[in-house]
Amino acid sequence: MPQIFHPSMNTISRLSIFGFVFILILIGFIGWALARSPYQTGQGVVRPQPIPFSHEHHVGDLGIDCRFCHDTVETHASAGMPSTEVCLNCHSVLFRDSPILAQVHESQRNGTPIMWTRVHDLADYVYFHHGVHINAGIGCTSCHGKIDEMPLAYRAETLHMEWCLDCHRNPEQHVRPRDAVFDPHWVNTEAKEIDPELLLKAHDLQSRTQCSYCHR
Amino acid sequence: MSTEGKTAEQPPRSAILRPGETIGSVTDQISSIVLTRGTPRGWYLALAFSFSLLMLLLLSVTVLFARGIGIWGVNQPVGWGFAIVNFVWWVGIGHAGTLISAILLLLRQEWRTSINRFAEAMTLFAVACAGLFPLLHVGRPWLIYYFFPFPATTGMWPQFRSPLMWDAVAVGTYATVSLMFWYVGLIPDLATLRDRAKHTITRAIYGTLAMGWRGSAIHWERYHQAYVLLAALATPLVISVHTIVSFDFAVSIIPGWHTTVFPPYFVAGAIYSGFAMVLTLSIPLRAIYGLQNLITAKHLDNMAKVMLLSGLIVAYGYLMEHFVAWYGGHDAELFMLLNRMFGPYRMSYWALIACNVAIPQLLWFRRVRANVPLLFVLSIIVNIGMWLERYVIVITSLHRDALPSSWGNYTATFWDWSTYLGTIGLFLTLLFLFVRVLPVISISEMRELVEEHADEPAAKSEGSQT
Repeated sequence: MPQIFHPSMNTISRLSIFGFVFILILIGFIGWALARSPYQTGQGVVRPQPIPFSHEHHVGDLGIDCRFCHDTVETHASAGMPSTEVCLNCHSVLFRDSPILAQVHESQRNGTPIMWTRVHDLADYVYFHHGVHINAGIGCTSCHGKIDEMPLAYRAETLHMEWCLDCHRNPEQHVRPRDAVFDPHWVNTEAKEIDPELLLKAHDLQSRTQCSYCHR
Repeated sequence: MSTEGKTAEQPPRSAILRPGETIGSVTDQISSIVLTRGTPRGWYLALAFSFSLLMLLLLSVTVLFARGIGIWGVNQPVGWGFAIVNFVWWVGIGHAGTLISAILLLLRQEWRTSINRFAEAMTLFAVACAGLFPLLHVGRPWLIYYFFPFPATTGMWPQFRSPLMWDAVAVGTYATVSLMFWYVGLIPDLATLRDRAKHTITRAIYGTLAMGWRGSAIHWERYHQAYVLLAALATPLVISVHTIVSFDFAVSIIPGWHTTVFPPYFVAGAIYSGFAMVLTLSIPLRAIYGLQNLITAKHLDNMAKVMLLSGLIVAYGYLMEHFVAWYGGHDAELFMLLNRMFGPYRMSYWALIACNVAIPQLLWFRRVRANVPLLFVLSIIVNIGMWLERYVIVITSLHRDALPSSWGNYTATFWDWSTYLGTIGLFLTLLFLFVRVLPVISISEMRELVEEHADEPAAKSEGSQT
């Protein structure tokens, strides 16, 4: 009776038994890594905008306050996007004839707002309020990263729920004095001698992790 | 009994093997079902019937996914309907497999040998049917992975204090260990089939599944170690799985569910229904394939005894449930009890008592246990009774709570029934495929049994041979 299998099957079958385990682990790891990769989260990926607006120039070089453009950030859920007129406060004079700004002028003439691409877009089942976070002493850069160093805006963080919870469980790592919230360079160093516990107390800030705070 | 034994075409009642069987005859007989006898016409008819029920399941599930669980009878106040009833019923049926293969193996009950293979297969298929129902009942089956603990990007874990989470783990473990146990046990038999098969492709398939088994002494030693180890691993699962299924109820504070007697009496009920299902399947199987010499009257007798014992434990569970409801003196418990016995679902309740407690008392009589057709009918009655038990527990506790304004009734819809019948179709389809392509009785263990009984004097029982 001839052999059913070629002798090489010995090696193949042994490999397949061990390989099976590793392939399962590998599949699990790929799933884990892919879910956290920029491909999935958009972290660090620059979104194309109608006008190449540079935060690096406006915030970093010129030192314009966040609230000059995002004017509802302290009171509303949405931080607010600047109207065309806000841009033209300066640009009706500065770089007036630059081709980059042509769209701004056109927007003013037509009365149609500029269609910016949203960079930080949370899922619709999440309720997020900018004003609450600002008034609780959470700085802009805690979530939006070093915006003053971004020529074109991108997500600095994954916006995963585990990232939200990281701060919601231990808010002391990001809390600031109220007047330092809009400072893009603020870091709580030893030299400042600010006790995070006192800051938490000052803002009446506690760990907030009940489901219904965000999923209403 | 000896007078009856002599007239029947069967071995004596005490034998678990017909005297005169040899290693060769056992191997020939079992492997011929798969290899040489061909496919009987009846098998095609049976498979066609089961497969059409399976298609009914496909239809029901498609409609369910398209339209949502509103097509079922579940609504407030009865949010748990057929899906949970069927889940518990199927998981319970799955218990006989592990009990027979693991506990009886460790206790060296050698009568388990000829029934363990298909009891284990039955377990796997029953657990597969059971596993469908939580998937269907969540209403959003694509989110079923929420059941399982894994490092999600949400930074959240399932609620580890919830019995539903324990359920996912318990049933998952049970399915995995049962599958491994079944497969490890199959390996020497797959090698036998590989060696006996004629067709090249058949040999290649069985050969691949046999994983290079050569039957050397080292192979056998490792095989036995692995088998006993898996048996030891599976033994606690017999107790744990249905205990945890009962926690789904007992951990809540619903009257009629919040009872400490639930875990033991659920486990007993699971063994009860499991053995009933093994009887329901093995009686036609031995008749159709002529296996009376391997699955003997002694096997049926033993299984009937296990059924009687576990049935009595279940009856004790009912008694305690009723006693505590009365003795506890809590209005809600007492009302629930009276509502169960005399409320809108009284017919189901009394049918349950008849099927599970009253009628099985016939098993006390040896004459009944020896009557194969009657035993078959009794096993089906117990299967129905155990289904009714879960139905009564789930529905009557939910439909009338402490607030009469929120009372309501539950009626199963067409889709409830079609899903339930569909899983029976899935179960039977898998079973018929299994019977056709794998040995229904463990060849290697039967050969061991023949070898062990070779020294025994066969003269004592010669007179009863045909």
